[in-house]
This record gives sequence, C-alpha cells and structure tokens, in this order.
Amino acid sequence: MAGITRGFLGRRGERDPRLPPGQYDARDQWPVLHAEATPRISTDTWTFTVEGLVEHEVSWTWDEIHALPRSRYDGAIHCVTTWSKFDMTFDGVSVDTLLEAARPLPSATHVMAVSHTGYTTNLPLADVADGKAWVVWDADGAPLAVEHGGPARLLVPHLYFWKSAKWVSGLRLMDHDEPGFWERNGYHDRGDPWAEQRYQGD
Amino acid sequence: MTLTPGGTTHRRTLRWQTARVLAVRDETPRARTFTLALPEPRLHLAGQHYVLRLTAPDGYTASRSYSVASAPDGTGEIELTVERLEGGEVSEFLHDVVQPGDELEVRGPIGGFFVWPGHAPALLVGGGSGVVPLMAMLRQARASGHPDLVRLVVSARSPGELYYAEELPGPETVVVYTRQAPPGAGRTAGRIAVADVAPLVREGEDVYVCGSPGFADAATAVLMEAGVPVDRIRVERFGPSG
Repeated sequence: MAGITRGFLGRRGERDPRLPPGQYDARDQWPVLHAEATPRISTDTWTFTVEGLVEHEVSWTWDEIHALPRSRYDGAIHCVTTWSKFDMTFDGVSVDTLLEAARPLPSATHVMAVSHTGYTTNLPLADVADGKAWVVWDADGAPLAVEHGGPARLLVPHLYFWKSAKWVSGLRLMDHDEPGFWERNGYHDRGDPWAEQRYQGD
Repeated sequence: MTLTPGGTTHRRTLRWQTARVLAVRDETPRARTFTLALPEPRLHLAGQHYVLRLTAPDGYTASRSYSVASAPDGTGEIELTVERLEGGEVSEFLHDVVQPGDELEVRGPIGGFFVWPGHAPALLVGGGSGVVPLMAMLRQARASGHPDLVRLVVSARSPGELYYAEELPGPETVVVYTRQAPPGAGRTAGRIAVADVAPLVREGEDVYVCGSPGFADAATAVLMEAGVPVDRIRVERFGPSG
C-alpha cells in the first residue's frame, strides 16, 4: 500500500468511472509524445505489410488498404503518461481484415508492430485480433494529423497508447515475445491500463 | 531511421521508494526545483526522469514524470524542476503544499533513449521547461571538466522566464528570447532560427531537443535546415500533463 502524501486529498468531486486508475481526463487536449523527429510520409509511397509467421506475406498501398471494408472505433484512449481521452472516433480498417488476408500460422503468438520511423512495439497476437485493433487514418472525422501518427497509425485502444504505433508500416508475426522500443526501455510488455501495467514488473 | 536505446532502465529502478524533500528553490515565478534525498540511491544518466506519485487518504493516486535537473553525482540526492501548470493536480500540489521535510514517493531513473552518455560531443536545444534534462547534461559536462563537449541553445520567452539564469550562462550556452530580449542583447526577440543553431552544429554528433511539441517540431525543422541528419536528432516532448 502506498504511503499517504501529506496534504494531498486528490480530485474533488465524483471520479469518472471510465477512467482507469492513475489517469486523468485530458478533455479537449490531445497531447503529443514521441521520441523521434516527426516524419513526413507521403501516401504515394506509404505501404502496410503483414509478414513473419503467415501463410502469405501481404502488402497494401494507400489506395489498396482504402478499398478494404471500413471499420470504426468509438471510445476512449489511455496514455501511460496518465492522460485519457473519451469519445474519440477513429476510422480505418480492422486488423482482423488484414490478418485474414495473410493467414497467421498456428505457431504465431505475438506481433511486432513496426513504423516507418523504425519505432517498434510488441503485442500478444490475441490483443490485435477479434475486433480489438485497427489501422486508422481518420480521427474524429478528419485525416489523422502527422503529429498523431498520420497518415495512418495502429489503434489498440484497450492498451496504453504507446502500443498504438504512429506511422505504422506493418505487423510482423512471431512465435515468441520480444520487447519493442519503449519495452526495452523499461515499459511493460502488455500495458493494460486497468491493471496499471506501466513499467516492467507492474 | 534508427531508434537505438542509449541506456537501460533496470527493474530495480522501477521499485517505489520514499524520498525526503531537502530543499525547495524557485527558478522562475512558475518553476520550482525540489532537492530530494533518496534512501536507495541509483545513479542516473543525464536526460532520465523519475515518476513522482501522490497518494490521498482514500487510496487515490496521481503520478507524473519529471526530468532530473542535477548531474549524476553519486550523492544520493536528485533535483527535479517542476513547472506549475494551471489545473495540474500534481504540479500545483508540489508548488503550493510541499515543503522541506516532506516525503514523496518516487521511482526511477527511467528512460533509455533521451540520455547523454557523458563522453560524446552533443548539441542540446531546449525550449522553456524543456531545458531541465539538458541542464543535467550541461552540469555533467561542466563537472567533468569538459564543458566543450556540449553546446546548449535555450529558448525562453523573456529573461524572467529563463530557468537556471544565474548558472546557465557561459561560453557553451546561447539563450534565444522569443518575446522580450534583455537590453543590450545581440539578437532581437524571435523564435529559434537557423542562424541560432547553424554555427553550433558539428558533424557526426547527436542532437537532443526538448520542449513542447510545437517547439520540438520547430527546432527539428531548423536543425535539419542547418544540415543535421534526422536520425541524429533525439526528441523529448513535454505534454500538458499537469
């Protein structure tokens, strides 16, 4: 049990039950946090690839991925730096649609999400399957801004937002877990906000 | 680009410990430095941060990350400089309530990318409160007797809003004022420009940029125009995280 901080009473008033522990509501702000220079990625050369332990490696161009069935996420996002944001709308394609095309091998258990910048983040395959993850290019009805990962980012909203790789370029399916960029730097391998899995060992 | 970690975060650094506040000092009207004594000292790398957690009697917690401003020195003490953000439940509490003698829960040091190993030449570019982790780097370079390893460019709105105003000036530092320059300054007030950084760029070294997202993107653009390759730029963006 944490020691009580002298004089700290916390927020007054009712706490929003949609907030995971240790999070606050960023309301109309959408903070921007990433470690690399913000890249400029042209949709003319953009690609998304599913590779690794799959029956068929598949790549989509910008036009090709837009020709796939659309899928929408309405809801909250949660950043490990303690802000959450409610009532967001993201449009794109379900990761299920992409996985169906590539057909994961039975041995695949994890994925590494990879970005055009070299950023990586690891996830259990189950966390990007069955309607839990998207590749999105619109946020709240407008094209995703470059500082938020545009032209397209991964969206895995039930996990902390560093798992939702900005400028995503693909998924690599693996038969083991291995740490991505922040995970090598001490962040949690899964990152469930409701369990407060912020850092390794949480 | 490559995103290669410059250090590591060890599991033991992620255990919470209870630090004692030794001193509190104002840097500007809105920024205050807290000197903390750690019962379990852990040597940090310049650029790393600590997470600070407040706990209410009902178990409610609020935590935020703060960069270490002090150089790694083996004393078991660290300095965190905290900007007071309006409505920021943690920064307002730290500014309004915390006094020497208080205890605060912290864990760290954390961060393996925005770190300076302490021996390679580096260009440091900070805006506003973004100077804090860069100050740890400058202090380390000076303490090691090799201040010429780093060059620090700081952007501040006005002289009254410059952090570490007494200590920071020197042959290895440049201050860029964006709104109001002091009398006799060699440069009129204005946002950071290619001319501010171009004379300081050296081939083959890393550049550390820290500040708001807007500052970080503006500084990155200026550095690239001055010839810095994008894969040599490490960025830390400070969000409005109270």
